[in-house]
Amino acid sequence: MSGTLPEPFAGWFAAQGWVPRPHQLAMLAAARAGNSVLLIAPTGGGKTLSGFLPSLIDLTERRSLGPTPGMHTIYVSPLKALATDIARNLLRPVQDMGLTIDIQARTGDTPANRRARQRAEPPDILLTTPESLAVLIASPDAPTMFGPLSCVVVDEVHALAGGKRGDQLALCIARLTTLAPGLRRVGLSATVAHPDAIQAYIGADRRIEVADGAPPELTTMIPEGELSWAGHMGLEAAPLVMARIREAGMTIVFVNTRAQAELMFQALWKVNDPTLPVALHHGSLDIEQRRKVEAAMAAGSLRAVVATSSLDLGIDWGGVDQVIQVGAPKGISRLLQRVGRANHRMDEASRAILVPANRFEVLECQAAMIGVAARALDGDPPRPGGLDVLAQHLLGLACSAPFLPDDVYAEVVRAQPYAGLTRKDFDDVLSFVEDGGYALRAYDQWRRLFRDSLGQLHVRGARIAAQHRMNIGTIVEAPLLKVRLVGKKRFGPMLGEIEEYFVNQLRPGDTFIFAGRRLQFLRLNATVVDCAEGGEKDPLVPAYAGGRLPLSTHLADGVRALLHNPSTWDAFPEQVRDWLRQQRRVSRLPGRDDLLVETFPRGDRWYLVAYCFEGRNAHQTLGMLLTRRMERAGFAPLGFVATDYVLGIWSAHRPRDIASLFDEDMLGDDLEDWMADSSMLKRTFRNAAVIGGLIQRNIPGAEKTRRQVTVNSDLIYEVLRRHQPDHILLRAARADAATGMIDVGRVAAMLARVKGRVVHMALSRVSPLAVPVLLEIGRETVRTDDSEEDLLAEAEAIVAEGMDQVPSRRPPAQQELFA
Amino acid sequence: MTAAPLHLVGERLMLDPMGALFWPTHRLLAVSDLHLEKGSSFARRGQLLPPWDTHATLDRLTVLLRRWSPRIVVALGDSFHDAQGASRLPSGELARLNAMTAEHRFVWVLGNHDPTPPDNVRGEWVDSFALDNIVFRHEALVGARAGEIVGHHHPKALAPTRGGAIGRPCFVADAKRVMMPAFGAYTGGLDVRDRAIASLFPRGGRVFLLGKDRLYSFAY
Repeated sequence: MSGTLPEPFAGWFAAQGWVPRPHQLAMLAAARAGNSVLLIAPTGGGKTLSGFLPSLIDLTERRSLGPTPGMHTIYVSPLKALATDIARNLLRPVQDMGLTIDIQARTGDTPANRRARQRAEPPDILLTTPESLAVLIASPDAPTMFGPLSCVVVDEVHALAGGKRGDQLALCIARLTTLAPGLRRVGLSATVAHPDAIQAYIGADRRIEVADGAPPELTTMIPEGELSWAGHMGLEAAPLVMARIREAGMTIVFVNTRAQAELMFQALWKVNDPTLPVALHHGSLDIEQRRKVEAAMAAGSLRAVVATSSLDLGIDWGGVDQVIQVGAPKGISRLLQRVGRANHRMDEASRAILVPANRFEVLECQAAMIGVAARALDGDPPRPGGLDVLAQHLLGLACSAPFLPDDVYAEVVRAQPYAGLTRKDFDDVLSFVEDGGYALRAYDQWRRLFRDSLGQLHVRGARIAAQHRMNIGTIVEAPLLKVRLVGKKRFGPMLGEIEEYFVNQLRPGDTFIFAGRRLQFLRLNATVVDCAEGGEKDPLVPAYAGGRLPLSTHLADGVRALLHNPSTWDAFPEQVRDWLRQQRRVSRLPGRDDLLVETFPRGDRWYLVAYCFEGRNAHQTLGMLLTRRMERAGFAPLGFVATDYVLGIWSAHRPRDIASLFDEDMLGDDLEDWMADSSMLKRTFRNAAVIGGLIQRNIPGAEKTRRQVTVNSDLIYEVLRRHQPDHILLRAARADAATGMIDVGRVAAMLARVKGRVVHMALSRVSPLAVPVLLEIGRETVRTDDSEEDLLAEAEAIVAEGMDQVPSRRPPAQQELFA
Repeated sequence: MTAAPLHLVGERLMLDPMGALFWPTHRLLAVSDLHLEKGSSFARRGQLLPPWDTHATLDRLTVLLRRWSPRIVVALGDSFHDAQGASRLPSGELARLNAMTAEHRFVWVLGNHDPTPPDNVRGEWVDSFALDNIVFRHEALVGARAGEIVGHHHPKALAPTRGGAIGRPCFVADAKRVMMPAFGAYTGGLDVRDRAIASLFPRGGRVFLLGKDRLYSFAY
């Protein structure tokens, strides 16, 4: 490790009572050697300062020799708030040391006049997000602005790499490297499962790893009485959680979904006898409200916050004494990240309590604790970059300056997610950007790009460029509506945003829980939901699309291993041990490498329960495929329910020849047929179409009555699929489907693994392990392979039977019909 | 395919699940808001939607013409997405359209998207079309006499089902008026609860959601 910090930095560290950490010095040495570097350190390791220190020192040293030209460092953070906070935190040492270094943040929230000033006079250090960087890259100023750049720092790189935002950022960094050839790339990452992949992503010459601090102290806490068989809210644990909150200084209660956060917050306040200050924090709350909670946390005036992943990342809140995770953690890396929120100092053990919400979650919590102890991190391996993101990027490049396709191809494949991109795919994407890429070249006259005599591509006009800037970004949100509290006389504060889908079910007078309040729906006012405090009816909780993360493969393996090995059961409460022993007696336990499938009659139906442990998304896909196949075999499947652990299907007739039901060939035509009609594929297509620039984003605040002129992406999908099934956007949508909501990849891996190892137990009645999934029926949304047509026909019949006697202004809400 | 019968001012009408209306007395087929050449209209402005929308819409219209063998075809306005739409028709599609207008009497009601008659499409171009005691208009007339068939708003409705709410284009009808769904290939929709539609049906009525082979009817 070479030397120490130069002055005035050494003096400033001493004044703080700090000693430079070895990795901070190593980062400095790497910078001096001109190396690109990845720093992997656990939370609390002083990562962010390590990333900035070399730039601050370099700027100071260069300044002593004369003025420095333009922007020196760009810092990219996945969170807007983080960019702003870091800017504030960095100002202190800079001012303390009397450095004349200009540090500014630029995000979507930065006012237009400041953005214009940043363009005219770039700061020395710019803190920004991938989206705001992409907007800058697409501007004609990009070459002059970024030419002088020495360094790009990507914070929380593990949270970006592997997703579409990461794809976009990688492409932007490849462009920056072209504009500023000597550019150093620095990645800051938490401990991850695939460090090599992250290093390749950032293109680092070397990696500096900081050993993990003391291992976290994890315990499981189970409410007294009968353990829940099903459900995942864990509300019955509220009194226990409250007792723990009382004993500690500051607690974060992490839950898995926003709906769960709202319910847990309510449940805690019901038992909050000493009226401790307990707050709520999740991603749908208004940004102002969230900032208030964060400020109160930092000021130490809160005793607990109920939070979702909205607090997973972000600055050090300090003073958090304990983390309570209610509901199983779903992934080991995620759990570690959350646990790291307590005692944000490396040398002290973090304390965390896991509260499983049901029996299976007891197993999952145990598997997670074993995984944490073994540092068995999980996380998806890298996947190829999205073609829709590439399309957006290429149009952005053309908006910045004319380019030669050969040059840009060479640049794009330097971005690690696109390293394997073929020239053919690149050309197809480029052709989509140029004229839509339709086999029938109908749009020659409306090309978005044109080629000059040198073969350079230019953007066709200012309007195309302006449209493109509005469309930059890879996050496509479900339509959201703002929630506003209305007082007796005037409008109150904005509380946050909820999905339009949920609002569609509300009638005036309906009560729902949001932002920790009981609200009564008054009316929909353009894109604002007006509500009053209070309300009488049973409250609903807003539904959010895609709120729940599926169980990680790693944790699933852990659960299977526990089930399979009775010698590990000592860790479980007696109820769980008894449950597993009974299972072993009346059926068998799922093996480590096989697939246990039980069938049994109950009432007038037959049930098939498959213990796959592949996560809800994969189970739903498998359920769709299996019911199709059972239909063909004449078993008359009636419905299915998928949990993270198990898939349950019920049918009118007894299913037979179970092993062949699970044959891999279901991934062929069945999958193709189903995917083509699947609403999920339509959703991924819509995302790809928005990111790729085929459909404009919904501009917030646009009048609702204008909706009638917007295009319907489902209809575009149908037309495109019929006329050009290999169109680049359909390919992008299918690639997305392989992971995420449809998770075909995981289904495929499982079917291959269990080939020849399907163990069928024909039982006379429900087995102990099958009880939870049967109880989920009715609780979970039950998906069937019924077409929308069947569902509509059924709804019409039910309405005709019961509800149609009283004419109503509109179709009755779902809850009333099927309660 | 099962069409749904509906009575309006004493006349028996058939609602076709493809989103068309047939009046057996006059063998009249009505469709609304074809928005032909919407794809190229967007493309002009830099949004390169797939170019096959006119083709898809005419395919569907062909099915209807074969199914009902109408004497009169009424297109309820916004037949082209913009005033130049007809001039952008690919030659093959124009030929198909000409073949249709040669075989049937076509009445094109003018809409806000196509306020002037194009010179290359045959048929009668009118502001509204009256037959017996029924008037066909593009946009509903507030306070109109009972017996009005209109388009313009692209109504769609959500039906609650066991698998979540399902949204479909729909007919909206009360004793005085029938509002037709948009027929065009890329047309979006406006929720029937929106004031723009709801105010035209102050006492409620029924919605008929389009299905594959039949309609699904709910109180409105």
